[in-house]
This record gives sequence, C-alpha cells and structure tokens, in this order.
Amino acid sequence: MADNKYLVGVFDDEDEVLHAVGEVRHSGVKIHEVYTPFAIHGLDRALGYDRPRMGIAAFLFGITGTCCVLLLTFWTMGIDWPINIGGKNFFPWPTNVPILFEGTVLLASFGMAFTFFVMEGMGPTAKPVIFDVRSTDDKFIIAIDLSKNKLSETEISGILKDSGASEVNVKEV
Amino acid sequence: MHVVSPIREKLVLNGKSYHDITEDISRHVEGKPTKEWKIAFGISVLVLLYGTAWVCWTWWEGLGVWGLNKTVGWAWDITNFVWWVGIGHAGTLISAVLLLFRQKWRTSINRAAEAMTIFAVICAASFIVMHMGRPWLAYFALPLPNTFGSLWVNFNSPLVWDVFAISTYFSVSCLFWYIGMIPDLATIRDRATGMRKKVYGALALGWTGGAKSWARYEDISLILAGLSTPLVLSVHTIVSFDFATSVIPGWHTTIFPPYFVAGAIFSGFAMVQNLMLVTRVVYKLEDYVTLDHISLMNKIITLTGSVVGIAYITEFFIAAYSGVEYEKYAFINRATGPLWWSYAAMMTCNVLSPQVFWFEKVRRNIVVSFVMAVIVNIGMWFERFVIIVTSLHRDYLPSSWTYFTPRLGDISDYIFSFGFFFTAFFLFSKFLPVINMAEVKSVLKSSSEKYPEKVKKKA
Repeated sequence: MADNKYLVGVFDDEDEVLHAVGEVRHSGVKIHEVYTPFAIHGLDRALGYDRPRMGIAAFLFGITGTCCVLLLTFWTMGIDWPINIGGKNFFPWPTNVPILFEGTVLLASFGMAFTFFVMEGMGPTAKPVIFDVRSTDDKFIIAIDLSKNKLSETEISGILKDSGASEVNVKEV
Repeated sequence: MHVVSPIREKLVLNGKSYHDITEDISRHVEGKPTKEWKIAFGISVLVLLYGTAWVCWTWWEGLGVWGLNKTVGWAWDITNFVWWVGIGHAGTLISAVLLLFRQKWRTSINRAAEAMTIFAVICAASFIVMHMGRPWLAYFALPLPNTFGSLWVNFNSPLVWDVFAISTYFSVSCLFWYIGMIPDLATIRDRATGMRKKVYGALALGWTGGAKSWARYEDISLILAGLSTPLVLSVHTIVSFDFATSVIPGWHTTIFPPYFVAGAIFSGFAMVQNLMLVTRVVYKLEDYVTLDHISLMNKIITLTGSVVGIAYITEFFIAAYSGVEYEKYAFINRATGPLWWSYAAMMTCNVLSPQVFWFEKVRRNIVVSFVMAVIVNIGMWFERFVIIVTSLHRDYLPSSWTYFTPRLGDISDYIFSFGFFFTAFFLFSKFLPVINMAEVKSVLKSSSEKYPEKVKKKA
C-alpha cells in the first residue's frame, strides 16, 4: 500500500456507525474497512461480509487431534508394548475416551487460533495500518480507499458527514 | 443493538463513557505502581521466597519432611492440588459458560477470573511435581518411547488422564485468556509511546479492530467457549476419577464427578469474589464491579454450596443403603471418628454458612461477602482433606490405623502456593488490564445509566 489516500470518517456512536455503513454503501461508495473499539453485532452483515467460518478450522484440527491421539494410544498399548493386565483387552477403548477428548480440544483450539492469526496476518512483528488511534478507544471509524472509488474526495466526504460522521480526515498510507 | 429490560440492574454505573472505561482501566497499567501495590507485592514475594526455599528442601531431603506415614500416603499435597484445580475452574466457568448463556455481567470479572484460573492451575501442578519427590523424572508422565528409560505410560490410568487433562486445560485457558486480551492490549498500544508502545504493540499482535477481524474474533471466542465448557467439566471429572476409580471405601463412589465439579465452581467463585472485592477497592472499580455483580456471585455460591451439601448427604445415604460394612464404616468414621472436627468444619463452612445469602441485604454486604468467601474456601479445603485423609487413615487392617498430623513441611509447601498465586496476580494486575475493556464497552449502551436515556430520547 504505497501512497494510497484514504478518507477516514470518525463516528461517536455504535448505532450511528452501523447506520452510516448502510447509507455509505447505498450511495455506491466502496468501504475499505470499519474499525471499532469493540465488536458490533451486525456490522459484518451490513458490510456484506460472509459469515466467518472459523468453525471449519476448529473441526478439521479437532478431528486431526482425535486421530493422532487414537493412533498413539492404539499403537503404544496395542502394538508396540502390550501389557497384560488381568487378561483384559490390550486396548480397551472406553478408557481412552478422556485422552481422546483432551487431544481433540487441544488441537481444535490451538489450530483454530493459529488459523485466525494467519488469516489476519497477526504476529508480534506485524505492522498494522492504524487509521486513527482513537479507534481502539472510543471512536468508530470508516476508512474509504479513494483510489478504489469513482466519486471525488469532496463527494465522499459529504456522504460521510451526512450520515453522521463527527469528523472526516484524510490519511495517506 | 442488544436490548435489556429496564428493570435489570445496570452493569456500569455513574454514566461512564467509552473513553472513561479506557481511562479507568488503562490508568493502572500506565501509571507507576502505588505504595499499596508495592507493599502487597513485596509481602507476597517474601512469602514466595520462603515457600520456594521449603520446596527446594522438600526435594533435597525427600517427602519425609511431610507428615505422611505408611497408612496415609496422600494428605495435604493432594488436598492442595484438588483445592487449587477447583479454584481454577471458576475462571473458565465465568468466561466460557456464562458467555454461552449470554450473561452480560461476566464482562467485568472474566479477565481477572481467567488470570486466576491460570495461576491456580500452576499452583495445583506444583503439588504434583512436589509429590513426585524427584521432579527431574517428571517426564515419566509423558508418553515417551521406552528408550527414554520408562515404559509407555498406561493410558488406562486416571493419573495419566489427569496429566493430559490438566495440561490441556492450562494451555487452552492461557489461549482463551490471551485472545480475550488482544483488543485491550491494542488499546494500550495506541495510547502509549516509546518502549511501552513497542512491548504492548508486540503483545497485541497487530490488532486493528477491523469489522472482519471482529467477526472472526467473535466466532473463535464462541467456539473456544464451546470447547472450554466440556473441557472444564472433564478436568474436574478426571480429577475425581483419581479417587473414584480406586477401590478405597469413601473414594469409590459414582457421585464424585458432578460432586467435584459443583465443589470446584463453589470454591472458585469464592476465590474470584475475594480477589474482585479487593481489586475493586484498590483500583477504584466500584462502577464496574457493582454490588449487583457481588450479589450474583453470592447466588451462585449459595447454589453450588447447596449442591455439594446434597452430595454429602447422598454419599451417606448410599453408604448405608449399599449394606457394605467397609463403606458404612468409612462414612461413620468420617463424621464421628478422630477427624470429626474436619468433617464438622466442612459441613458448617460449605453447607450451612452460605445459606445466609438467601437474604438480599447479606448478599449485597461487602464485608460479609468477603468473609463468607474466605469461609467457603476453608470449607472446600477441608472437604478435600476429609475425602482424602479420613478415607485412608483407618484402612482394612486395624493394626495399621493411624492419625495424620501435618508437619512444618506440609504447611510451608502450602504457603509456597499462596506466595506464587498472589505474586502472579499482583504482577498481572499491574501490567495487564484487569477488566476486559472491549467487552464492557460492548454492554455499556444497553446496560449503563446514561445510554438508555439517550436512545429513548432519539426514539
């Protein structure tokens, strides 16, 4: 993102920004992203995003965990070093349920979390683009990439102001 | 917008704005440590040093420094282990189970409760490592190839399940806690300059608060809560299996898993109550952790206290009903034998005393709540002591009957865990936000005194 010019509409209220997103999109302006200090329910739908599908990652990692642990317990207890405990089964599956469960949960949660970090490009060395530092405090901002919009800067600025923005700033990144 | 009935108690008092929340919480991370903090931290470090010296001595000299004998092979160590694990459960319960039940009041206490979980689990694990006597062989508990010197671990053993359960629980709790903290770390990063900006910037992992990120974030929080809920139940279930799958009368009972889980919630909420009552005064967070929060926690304490009460009575009934002589004797001995006083302490602290919370005035009284929370934790410690020691000290052979008396080693190693717990909690409360700012902000509009007015006027 070299020298892209962004318009940053600053809002003071969560309901106002939710309403504004609808208005801005309705007037044909493409929104780069909306930054808020906390999760606003329905904002992703208002922006037209797909439902997040983190559950798929969790399921796939979880099932991998189950299989790995099953393989470990079955191989160690049934094949590599079977121990005769009173003539019982070498591999009684019910006693493996607790460990299978723990392995599933462990891999599902960590796998899902790391999928999230990778998808979001997050990490200790990540250099995020912050349009307005107040967006993690008390302001709700709509960032609009001017190069991706046909309307002029003043027109978009007007739309943002009309939809309730308390300030409209320009930010170059 | 989330709509809340106007008759509900407000969760955030005194007309706080979004910015006020940021200020009130971040201030403690950004400011210099206060005198009170330094004194409290200093004391807990001293306690930790004393405890660490004793733990080292325990390893050097051997478990003979404890009061264990041939008949009572498990006493304070396992009591402390179960006690700390139980305390840890409240954090996950508050953040995961209350999230699934959409209980918005969790937002101002979940962060501290989760931190408490992590520290309590470390304390619990330390007793296992202490009891190993030779901690350098701790890797024997892991499934490592036979060439490492031991056989493969026995996956049929509840003790091995415990290793997996506790370590999974610890890792997932850390993950849940950290992910919940990322937006708040970003808030602190965006307010900071210089070195602090670099440190918190790295910790915030480049969080920006974009709508897409928040949608995914909410999604993983919900799934993590869904995974943690059965996990937390499984952990204490497995801890109870350590006893329930044995053939010792008094341990071998099918009621153990639900009974242990209820007890865990009970003592955990009491510990959260203690920590939050102190934190809210020291950090002036009375507008976030309100009397209503305290009252709600007290309700859960009364409920779970009564659940364990029913479990105690059921155990007695089943022992009598079973007709097994040894089983009957174990319970008669528990209540009337030489350790009757510990049974009496357990019954009064856990079952009788929480009943005072049926009165609203008592539920909303800070001093009573604090004292009751301490009493509950004393009671829950005695519950584990009763289960473990009274079932062991009079075994099948009357010639080996004995009594258990703790020695300085038992007591000092227990003190170690307090030193660690409070040192860790003080460090957390200084360097990390003690209240989840982002979540409190999200309930502000529906549940504060100021905002509903504004919305009403607009409508």
